[in-house]
Amino acid sequence: MSERLSTLMPARLRPLIWPLIALAALLLFNGLFTEGFARITIKDGHVYGSLVDILKLSSRVMLVSLGMTLVIATAGVDLSVGAVVAIAGSVAAKLIVQQQIGLPMALAATSGLCLVLGAWNGTLVGWLGVQPIVATLILMVAGRGIAQLLAGGQIITVESSGFSFIAGGHFLGLPFPVTMVALMLLLTVALTRGTALGLFIEAVGNNETAALFAGVNPRAVKMFAYAFTGLCSGMAGIIEASDIKAADANNAGLYLELDVILAVVIGGTPLNGGRFDLAGSLVGALIIQTLTTTIKMRGVPVEYTLVVKAVVVLVICLAQSPELRKLLLQRRASA
Amino acid sequence: MNSASVISTDEAPLLAVRGVTKIFPGVRALDGVDFTLRRGEIHALMGENGAGKSTLIKVLTGADRRDGGEILFDGCSIDPRSPAEAQRLGISTVYQEVNLIPFLSVAENIYLGRQPMKFGRIDWKQINLRAAAALKRLDVEMEVTQPLNSYSPAVQQMVAIARALDIRAKVLVLDEPTSSLDANEVGHLFAVLRRLKAEGLGIIFVSHFLDQVYAVSDRFTVLRNGKLIGEHEAAKLPRLELVAKMIGKDLKAVEEMSARRGAEPVRTAHHPFLRVIGLGRRGSMTPFDLTIRAGEVVGLAGLLGSGRTETARLLFGIDRAEAGRMEIDGKLVTLTSPRGAIGRRFGFCPEDRKTQAVIPDLSVRENIVLALQASKGWLRKISTQQQQELAENYIKALGIATSDAEQPIKLLSGGNQQKAILARWLASHPRFLILDEPTRGIDIGAKAEIEKLIARLCSEGMAILFISSELEEVVRDSHRVVVLRDRKKVCELTGDQIDLPSIMQAIAARADE
Repeated sequence: MSERLSTLMPARLRPLIWPLIALAALLLFNGLFTEGFARITIKDGHVYGSLVDILKLSSRVMLVSLGMTLVIATAGVDLSVGAVVAIAGSVAAKLIVQQQIGLPMALAATSGLCLVLGAWNGTLVGWLGVQPIVATLILMVAGRGIAQLLAGGQIITVESSGFSFIAGGHFLGLPFPVTMVALMLLLTVALTRGTALGLFIEAVGNNETAALFAGVNPRAVKMFAYAFTGLCSGMAGIIEASDIKAADANNAGLYLELDVILAVVIGGTPLNGGRFDLAGSLVGALIIQTLTTTIKMRGVPVEYTLVVKAVVVLVICLAQSPELRKLLLQRRASA
Repeated sequence: MNSASVISTDEAPLLAVRGVTKIFPGVRALDGVDFTLRRGEIHALMGENGAGKSTLIKVLTGADRRDGGEILFDGCSIDPRSPAEAQRLGISTVYQEVNLIPFLSVAENIYLGRQPMKFGRIDWKQINLRAAAALKRLDVEMEVTQPLNSYSPAVQQMVAIARALDIRAKVLVLDEPTSSLDANEVGHLFAVLRRLKAEGLGIIFVSHFLDQVYAVSDRFTVLRNGKLIGEHEAAKLPRLELVAKMIGKDLKAVEEMSARRGAEPVRTAHHPFLRVIGLGRRGSMTPFDLTIRAGEVVGLAGLLGSGRTETARLLFGIDRAEAGRMEIDGKLVTLTSPRGAIGRRFGFCPEDRKTQAVIPDLSVRENIVLALQASKGWLRKISTQQQQELAENYIKALGIATSDAEQPIKLLSGGNQQKAILARWLASHPRFLILDEPTRGIDIGAKAEIEKLIARLCSEGMAILFISSELEEVVRDSHRVVVLRDRKKVCELTGDQIDLPSIMQAIAARADE
């Protein structure tokens, strides 16, 4: 059945089919059995409801997953994204509250710094040949410490209506972070598919030696992927700080890397690199958030949350595994 | 010489392989192979790529299991299921790349996994004493408590041998043990091997260096395409005959073929496109000179491991030359990366298509446009429509059998993948194309098409360096042939000189001749 279904879709969308089915199933389940899930209200021209919450709450994971998709496509991984989120929050808060340099300058400086942090990862992985897990582990550990030092061990509160708008404001009726995700998606697609970068990233991730021999510069390609992920993490950090109107260096972006990597993998980009799917990663992020929201709304005791999440993720990953599908098909054929 | 006459019958052989067969999907890697190792002999396994040497060693050492035949060790039939089991039986292997642990001490490396124990704890005193004694046997005196990586590759090799011997080995297998050693170190290794041989050990030796093989071996077993070609006493087999057996040519037939000539010589009016003077790199190629003219095919001949691929890597900027210089159109250039070489309009079809050329999950179209796109840079993207046109053109021109250009390249057959990789380079319009074994592992029809393509490209003015183990191809397609041996350029043949016997003579000549 699945084979027939997938042949109906354009080839480009085929890898997306499994994550989409999973998301649709989750939404359908909630629509039928979770009271109030599908309810949408409009107040002051703004849309509210669980579905809108899911979009807003998943925006951080979605943003970072755009960069992470590229990193994973080069056969790497970036564990430092959560720490960069914390640094971004601390830096933005400090610049706004203590330096008072104005919101646009503060945001630009924060984003620029996060780009540099990503480039640091890119240097370690691309130029110095450090294993991606080890290289980014350095910033993962050190980065949170830096964020805490910057904040002086305190939570810096930010009273700025402009800053609060980033996470709390609305644009076209939807929460503003949704707009940020949409713009970053457009930018990422333009950068990777509008230029030859996407081809180079996939070539490097799929067979680095062959790409090198064909004249691609794997170092530069990796540098781009990690630096871009740094930028994405910075934006996610700004949203997070804006959401709680404060920079909490201890908790901002904690364990974010795991959700993001999961989103990318659920979205159909293989961890061993090569072909990548940006839209798939966004769907993956939505699946994770829908799941979390479902668990909360259905009143499942909090302590079960992680277990339920793990089981659903396992099922989705198994459904995607070509080996398992082959095995099941063989069984059916022999039965 | 009758090979049966050299098998002594007075004593059961140490190791007797009888009719062993190993089948991998699509290939008979070993096809009824016999091999006999006696006590106190050094026996060289000889053969070119795909001969079955490494498969035979893997079967002997338990890394692979045979599909048929029998192995008698000391008169008993054995069937080792893992290298550890083979080791327990008394067959020890020292691999090409020393696979020890660099940060552990020498003594720990020798005893890793079988440390002597005392009261439930590792007996360090014992370990160090016994390690020193094991190395003494090999005439090596060293501080066994120092980490392994503080010693040279040659000493590390000795440690690997000490480890192999300490397991009470009766058979020692050495796979390319000399590839990272210099002449003195090779001399020492051989002295040790001769001593071990005198102690009654049977040693199986694999090496690409003919001089070394002749210097140390008592006997050869020659394999080709998974079949036994023959067993010979080293002293009674002339080098030329050995080379002929390895590459599968009947010596007499070859001598009669001397009338066959290479391609017509190119008019010298063509200006030299590329000139290298004294280009070399330690451990890779001894400095060599080479000139390649536009519109000329230069063949590179030599046995496996003679430095053909190393030459290609130096020319393409993959390995940096440590000595010498390179001129393009008379201007001095330095190449430090494939990107740099491609910028000078070089192209390179590597030997190992699978690991070095093909990007398996990408489509045929993407694989074809990759080099051209890389030379244009990431910002100047070739439009999808242009990409499709390029791909379609080359699929048609080279007759690449694929349902369409969007097919992942990994689904194509070897020959069609090779054509797509050729298309990748043709699309980038190189002035100089290096083809390293472009016809390896592809069917005869595709081979003929690729040879035809080479002739056409050079008639259009492209300079081509053609590397092939099929000497007939080299003879047929080259205007000039450069012969390599043991990482050295030994001679250059032009025009009428290009024939099979001359090439084989050059390959087989002794280093001191």
